[in-house]
Amino acid sequence: MVENRPWLTFLSHSVLMLGVLAVAFPLYVTFIASTHTLEAIMQAPMPLVPGDQLVENFTQVLTAGSTKGSKAAGATMLVNSLVMALAIPLGKITISVISAFAIVYFRFPLRMFFFWMIFVTLMLPVEVRIIPTFKVIADLGMLNTYAGLTVPLIASATATFLFRQFFMTVPDELAEAARVDGAGPLRFFWDVLLPLSKTTMAALFVIQFIYGWNQYLWPLLITTDESMYTTVIGIKRMIVGGDAANEWNLIMATAILAMLPPALVVMLMQKWFVKGLVETEK
Amino acid sequence: MEKRVVFRSAWLPYALVAPQIAITLVFFFWPAAQAVWYSLHLQDAFGLKVQFVGLANFATLFKDSNYLASFKVTALFSVLVAFFGIAISLLLATMADRVLRGAMAYKTLLIWPYAVAPAVAGVLWAFIFAPSIGILTYILKGWGVDWNWIIKGDQAMLLVVIAAVWKQISYNFLFFLAGLQSIPKSLIEAAAIDGASPFRRFWTIVFPLLSPTTFFLLVVNIVYAFFDTFGVIDATTQGGPGQSTNILVYKVYHDGVKAADLGGSSAQSVILMFIVIVLTVAQFRFIERKVQY
Amino acid sequence: MAEISFRNVRKSYGELEVVHGVSAEVADGEFVVIVGPSGCGKSTLLRMVAGLETITGGEISIGDRVVNQLEPKDRDIAMVFQNYALYPHMSVYDNMAYGLRIRGLARSDIDARVRRAAEILELGGFLERKPRELSGGQRQRVAMGRAIVREPAAFLFDEPLSNLDAKLRVQMRAELQALHRRLGTTSLFVTHDQVEAMTLAHRMIVMNAGRAEQIGSPLDVYANPATTFVAGFIGSPPMNLIPSERGGRPVLLGVRPEHLEPCAESEAMMTVDIDLLEPLGSDTLVYGHLAGGRDGTRVAVRLHESVDARTGHLAVRYDPAKAHFFDPQGGQRIVS
Repeated sequence: MVENRPWLTFLSHSVLMLGVLAVAFPLYVTFIASTHTLEAIMQAPMPLVPGDQLVENFTQVLTAGSTKGSKAAGATMLVNSLVMALAIPLGKITISVISAFAIVYFRFPLRMFFFWMIFVTLMLPVEVRIIPTFKVIADLGMLNTYAGLTVPLIASATATFLFRQFFMTVPDELAEAARVDGAGPLRFFWDVLLPLSKTTMAALFVIQFIYGWNQYLWPLLITTDESMYTTVIGIKRMIVGGDAANEWNLIMATAILAMLPPALVVMLMQKWFVKGLVETEK
Repeated sequence: MEKRVVFRSAWLPYALVAPQIAITLVFFFWPAAQAVWYSLHLQDAFGLKVQFVGLANFATLFKDSNYLASFKVTALFSVLVAFFGIAISLLLATMADRVLRGAMAYKTLLIWPYAVAPAVAGVLWAFIFAPSIGILTYILKGWGVDWNWIIKGDQAMLLVVIAAVWKQISYNFLFFLAGLQSIPKSLIEAAAIDGASPFRRFWTIVFPLLSPTTFFLLVVNIVYAFFDTFGVIDATTQGGPGQSTNILVYKVYHDGVKAADLGGSSAQSVILMFIVIVLTVAQFRFIERKVQY
Repeated sequence: MAEISFRNVRKSYGELEVVHGVSAEVADGEFVVIVGPSGCGKSTLLRMVAGLETITGGEISIGDRVVNQLEPKDRDIAMVFQNYALYPHMSVYDNMAYGLRIRGLARSDIDARVRRAAEILELGGFLERKPRELSGGQRQRVAMGRAIVREPAAFLFDEPLSNLDAKLRVQMRAELQALHRRLGTTSLFVTHDQVEAMTLAHRMIVMNAGRAEQIGSPLDVYANPATTFVAGFIGSPPMNLIPSERGGRPVLLGVRPEHLEPCAESEAMMTVDIDLLEPLGSDTLVYGHLAGGRDGTRVAVRLHESVDARTGHLAVRYDPAKAHFFDPQGGQRIVS
């Protein structure tokens, strides 16, 4: 603070609290809705205080899904979301860190070619290759499978670049000392480089967990079997008609389930989350 | 780019890049190549015969009023999302940078929407704005506003913009906050000593110094509005009513999956690819200049 | 321990040759310092011995083996780096043990060696600490410990003291000497600091622009520099080089500042117009130029007493036996 202007501080706090409220408002409404019966919500205006149906609604959603549209059980969907949220970061981190290692620490023909190949994928988000990628998955028989859900999403330029950028900051002398000590490339990678990369990997893991959990278009395309729905897809598929026909209380309960794990990850691992965001965008 | 230290091995580097290259070839390049291929061909109704038609699909697109309308819709949508997303988060970040007490708490409470999937954000706001039972609908009706986004195109656009901006604020906020905190305090203090008011200080010193961050966020927000908002649209308006929220990426999906127009959808994909390339190149050109190894 | 041999060693990067045919013999147990200004190729030479740079021409042998094609780990050498190159995530113990573990030594062996090195270097209490918890001097000792435990044929030091503050550097020099007396391992030490070279070396290799201009013991190099470069590089302030004539041809006369004695005007061999005095306490340095206008050759004189500078100039003479002559064209010493 440069000068002491109390009214400006007051204004700042006011704006911030307004912001927090505006941001929290939908969450609040969602939570309220998930604790009432459908009838209570259908009467406009819906109540603004929690109801007593919390346990009932969530049990219903977890075990049996809604009665209209998707009947996927919430528990199953949560498992599917979790599989994606864990498999994608793990897969991505693994193949990216070894690719980055190869590109930074080796000289070999085609090195720059591979580098540019990986770079180019930045310009090919899945939305741009929807139909043909679907066809490839279908041809490989990977529809409605965990492999189909996760494998296409684990090749990432940003992760590779992130590791590459980090490796460039590791002093050359460290690798030389390891060489003199007798370590070959894989040993150096495992004993020295990986331990030093821990914070980068943690940051990337947090971001990718959220990315994997929130995947929408891809699961939408390749899952037709309700048992493979992820939580995020499930919500959409529960909306069948105009708002009069939907079971909003259950939809909102599912929404809470969809938001909870990533929100927890963001808040509890805030430090890594922020680091991951800031570093991946450089 | 170059490291002085290098290992020598004939086969190891290839083995290390193999998984990534393999997946990239199978799930990126091969489908992209197919998209280009399809965009240059026409399929008959049963998908049995395929005919090379050159750029005819593209020509058809540019004559299609729906497609051009989609361009306009996408442009409007991204401008609104980028502008409001940036303005609101800049305001919040500036305020957060000022307060000493509670900064951590505000930060935590403002960044959690990042965790929400765009589709879920769409559903939440659709519920809040639901024409008959939405809580804000109720308030709006009390003020005499006839609110029904299912029928009114403008209101549908408003709905998806709000949902998209709501989700993106946390991301922008974090970057602006980091940008603000990297401005040397001595500059601000010098300006204060020179007699500049906080308002003036912001516009003449802080905002210009923040321009790399702002530019970066502009590009990111536009990309976000173009692509990542698919979930918002699909979960709420599905491009409607009519074509009023039919952004380009949604049209690709709709025409390809729902309407089975392979050639047209692929042509749209190719056009989108060009747009991404332009945006990515712009981002890298600008950012790379600022980042030193 | 082993001898190290350089036979016409050359290094090129593409078209650019940076080390031109260096030949030298390092005896078993000798402490040889490779000294020279930045960019002279001294580090490159050392790294070629280590195996971190390829050898473009010539041969390097350690012991009786030519090592040109061998990987660093097979050359039986250990290296101490300028920035210590300690593994940040490993404890001091693990840093020192790493190379031994890779070689598959028995745990008890490793433990014995590490503890012995820690004792020699007074690191006993720090074995469980991480590098970031240590001071610069302590880190340097850990880097040395890592080299010691390997019990190699030769130690290679790449400017290890450059990152330490002046006082610490003096202290570490003494410790290095003590260490060498104790262990007696053949050592190659690279530095740009001629004081380090003079105090630590049994013999020096003075390098300039990729060439070894002189190889000899410190006092020998000091007393009989082979070129004007060596004359100017070793000794501080550098030897005075004065254009002169001898036997009818132009030469560069070289006299060290401490060999110029003040004398009476009548006996003066040179007169110095004083520009600057630096009283150091033990000596006084006089900087000036030869009488005869401001364009006269710069001269420095080291005096043991404070001098009366109010006269503005200083008459000096020197013992002819302490005079050196160099060819003004090539800088080579003229042997008379």
